[in-house]
Amino acid sequence: MKLKKTVILGAAIAGLLGSSMAYAAEQFVGLPSYRVGPYAAGGSGIFGGWIDYMQMINERDGGINGVKLAWEECETEYNNARGVECYERLKEKGETGNSVFQPLSTGITYSVLDKVAKDQIPLVTMGYGRTDAADGRVFPYVFPLITTYWSQATTMVKYIAGKEGGTDKLKGKKIALLYHDSAYGKESHAVLEKMAERYGYELTKLAVAHPGNEQQSQWLQIRQLRPDWVILWGWGVMNPTALKSAAKTGFSREKMLGVWWSGAEEDTVPAGSAAKGFTAAGYNVAGSDYPVIKDIETNVYAKGKGNMEDKSRIGSVYYNRGVVHGLITVEAIRKAQEKYGKGKALTGEQVRWGFENLDMDDKRLAELGATGFLPPLKTSCLDHEGSGKVKYQQWDGNKWNVVTDWIEADKELVRGMIEESAAAYAKEKGITPRDCSKEM
Amino acid sequence: MLYREAGQFKASYEEDQQIFPILQDRIGVMLLIGFFAIAVPLFADQYWLKAILIPVLIFSLAAIGLNILTGYAGQLSLGSAAFMAVGAFGAYNFMLRIDGMPFLVAILLGGLCAALVGVMFGLPSLRIKGFYLAVATLAAQFFIVWALVKIEWFSNYSSSGVITAQEIEILGFAFDGPQSKYLLTLFVVVVMALLAKNMVRSTTGRSWMAVRDMDVAAEVIGIRLMRTKLTAFAVSSFYCGVAGALYAYTYIGTVEPEGFNLDLSFKILFMIIIGGVGSIMGSFLGAAFIVLLPIALDVFVPMFLGDLVSSSFVSNLQLIVFGGLIVFFLIVEPHGLARLWQIGKEKLRLWPFPH
Amino acid sequence: MQFFFEVLIGGLLSGVLYALVALGFVLIYKASGVFNFAQGAMVFFAALTFVGFLEVLPGWTGMEDGGRAVFWLAFLLTLAAMVLLAIATEKFVLRPLVNQPPITLFMATIGLTFLVEGIAQGIWGANVRGLNLGIADVPIEYMMDNFNILISSFDVFAAAVAAVLVAALALFFQYTRIGRALRAVADDHQAALSIGIPLRHIWVIVWAVAGFVALVAGMIWGARNGVQFALTFTALKALPVLILGGFTSVPGAIVGGLIIGASEKLAEVYVGPFVGGGIESWFPYILALGFLLVRPEGLFGEKHIDRV
Repeated sequence: MKLKKTVILGAAIAGLLGSSMAYAAEQFVGLPSYRVGPYAAGGSGIFGGWIDYMQMINERDGGINGVKLAWEECETEYNNARGVECYERLKEKGETGNSVFQPLSTGITYSVLDKVAKDQIPLVTMGYGRTDAADGRVFPYVFPLITTYWSQATTMVKYIAGKEGGTDKLKGKKIALLYHDSAYGKESHAVLEKMAERYGYELTKLAVAHPGNEQQSQWLQIRQLRPDWVILWGWGVMNPTALKSAAKTGFSREKMLGVWWSGAEEDTVPAGSAAKGFTAAGYNVAGSDYPVIKDIETNVYAKGKGNMEDKSRIGSVYYNRGVVHGLITVEAIRKAQEKYGKGKALTGEQVRWGFENLDMDDKRLAELGATGFLPPLKTSCLDHEGSGKVKYQQWDGNKWNVVTDWIEADKELVRGMIEESAAAYAKEKGITPRDCSKEM
Repeated sequence: MLYREAGQFKASYEEDQQIFPILQDRIGVMLLIGFFAIAVPLFADQYWLKAILIPVLIFSLAAIGLNILTGYAGQLSLGSAAFMAVGAFGAYNFMLRIDGMPFLVAILLGGLCAALVGVMFGLPSLRIKGFYLAVATLAAQFFIVWALVKIEWFSNYSSSGVITAQEIEILGFAFDGPQSKYLLTLFVVVVMALLAKNMVRSTTGRSWMAVRDMDVAAEVIGIRLMRTKLTAFAVSSFYCGVAGALYAYTYIGTVEPEGFNLDLSFKILFMIIIGGVGSIMGSFLGAAFIVLLPIALDVFVPMFLGDLVSSSFVSNLQLIVFGGLIVFFLIVEPHGLARLWQIGKEKLRLWPFPH
Repeated sequence: MQFFFEVLIGGLLSGVLYALVALGFVLIYKASGVFNFAQGAMVFFAALTFVGFLEVLPGWTGMEDGGRAVFWLAFLLTLAAMVLLAIATEKFVLRPLVNQPPITLFMATIGLTFLVEGIAQGIWGANVRGLNLGIADVPIEYMMDNFNILISSFDVFAAAVAAVLVAALALFFQYTRIGRALRAVADDHQAALSIGIPLRHIWVIVWAVAGFVALVAGMIWGARNGVQFALTFTALKALPVLILGGFTSVPGAIVGGLIIGASEKLAEVYVGPFVGGGIESWFPYILALGFLLVRPEGLFGEKHIDRV
């Protein structure tokens, strides 16, 4: 029984593998997407935006220097084992194999972390995943691009300091951290504690059990505590519940600060009017007035090739985040083509070089039609993060409005912690860090 | 004709007490093991080894564990994934904290930790029955995952609460390729499956089944309920624990406690229901079915419908078909794939000469 | 002391919300002996369908968006959808599985869960939506001013709805023909059949009533946290309530809900800080487990007598 099924399936999959190799130069991008389950709202937005951007490059420019982008989705259901299967399935697809793996799930990121170095496929995790992977010497194949949780936490303290009138005013202030009780939520602790020591604010940590649809007790504690600020480190249904409970306990939403996984329309719309005034971080902004979004509308949706069923979501935070994924992926491939030959399909190893040598300054962003859409980005062998900047956006009841310029992270603090943690990992795993002076 | 036990006489106690008393079974099992131990690693590509065969084997082991508890001893449990987590974190800590810890000993010790925890959460089974017990085992599921996240010692104070499995080395040989990892997994799983097969027909197994069929009656005929139920919990959790350790070491590599969530527990329960409650063979068949079905759907549904409907709908359709197939399967064969296997063997008694 | 009462009252009111979901389980278990894991998915399906109709109806019929007429029409249409779901479930899942062991039926309802979730999101999309029932989720000023105790008006409203629902169900079971038939079926399938009660109809009715309860629960939970996939997780909140109160008792669900709600909040506030918090995920289960050790059939469950 098992044997027979194995044979049939094997034959079918072999057939599938064969049939996908038909066209000239094509760069394959595997998409481990999730469109069902609790996180489907985020998944469909991000992967929709990403696919639309790649479609736009194919339609408008005929690909990257003539190399068309090809992609295939693999449903992970946000499940680690399914994610590993998708990773293995997508690995060998296309002419040159999968060029990049971006699972949009910290769990799946950890599950393939050891595998990518062996398979020479870059693993790109924007705004999630393993923070200390920003040390490119220990993690040559992992790119926590733009910004990490630790960088984000420092910008939050900066933002609060700005509102309070300077870092010296932080002394004696009470900050409550309402976090999702999981590995993801715990990422915030070390940095915020360290900064509490430095600036003298008082940090109270309140855990919310998964999934976070009940927060009565936490908010009554907050009401008792009367903190000056609440940092919301939430995920999924926990965010609207927190906003609703805040309204219920009379805590001002203007004094609530969310992480980028708390700052999408999906988090505020369900909370209704309770969300008004809530501010959250974002490494991309909302809005459809950017040339890059306009290009997608004219080159993709006007031709009826768009991926989104619900066009009103174009320009939403998650959709735009997907566009950022597309932008950076395409840019890395373009960069790698400059070195390894234009008009050729590249291997994962070659694309990795592209990710490591990204240079998207203001001028380049303007060319891409994305000025202000995402922060300037410059990566290197040492620094796989590349930026560390976020903007803060405030919900006005209908849409997100940008309220700050790009806020820089406390690089010196974060970098020290990253190197310390990466060194510990290297020691545990017996990895010899690369010598970056020899890289080029 | 092909599968006929007539004429096979058992002349000694040894012959009577073999795990597989029928010659054809012995040959069949040998062939199966031989195929998976020799032919598969030679010919299967990496994708099949890493993404399908290794997880199928590991989940089979977990399913055997749950089958011992639910299928043989009749105690419904929804906490299998948590016991896997205990095994994984246990093995990790033994490897980490004791220098020169042999890998196989570490996973067995991980299994023992799980067994200990299993006994603890098995205690209520002496008073609580049926679905009440099932819901009560959810306490184990949620509590263990919470404790593994909260108590940082378990993950060696890693900032994100995840553990990274160490390299596997046995007698100086490094198990780092897919083939070697697959073979190692296969070895552990086969040995433990044979042990389980042997155990369920021993005194222990028979008393489990007596308790399953009716515990009051079992008590009346002199079976000690407490010991029987608790050994079932211990053995079952041990199997789940070892499966969890293998999951971390030969399959995923870096695991987080949340990976061992309720969904995984349900998945393992599905495996034994689809495979066949109270059947070791069924655990393998069920695990293969539950691992392969979603993958097959993910490959074939977009192939046939990909251009017609949106990708979100394709994903939802997979879920619908998956749920529908489960219900359909329960209706047509409530005793699971193992029953089909059984029917196949009956047919082979006569086939190819039915008269 | 004021804080203690605040937490206690908040917990009791949350408990009522848990009980609302648990009710659906109890109804089905009582009448058909099926432990219906799909109840959470049904809550999600009902809420999503309701909100979906609210969105599309003004376009279809030209009715005023957000008006009262749209609200009730959407409510009725969703109710019709729940009845359809009940009929389909009876026909395609329950009837073919008659006389199977309870665990098989339980697994079938998990299969049903995937099916219902897939259908719900397949039809209405994965978007997260808000739902406004017109009741503000703000503190009641009178209590705030006089006792400095925070009680949300929405939670009080939800508790009132739950109370009305339970009372209506109790009357329905006690005084109507169908209600009596339902109780007969719950007591003994065989005996009920032999006196001519049509089992199939009864099952459809029970599942439809459970669908109605799911709709009410979905609307209230949806208005509270948004209509999204996480509504299926409300089932996990209802399970400890269920074992504490007993699978077969409607009052048990309410009392169980109150106990679980109050004690989990008190535990989180007074015990949580010492162990790192977040204990709400498992505390209700451990509590229910402790209760079961004393009373293995729950507070109001029927005592099970084993005979050899």
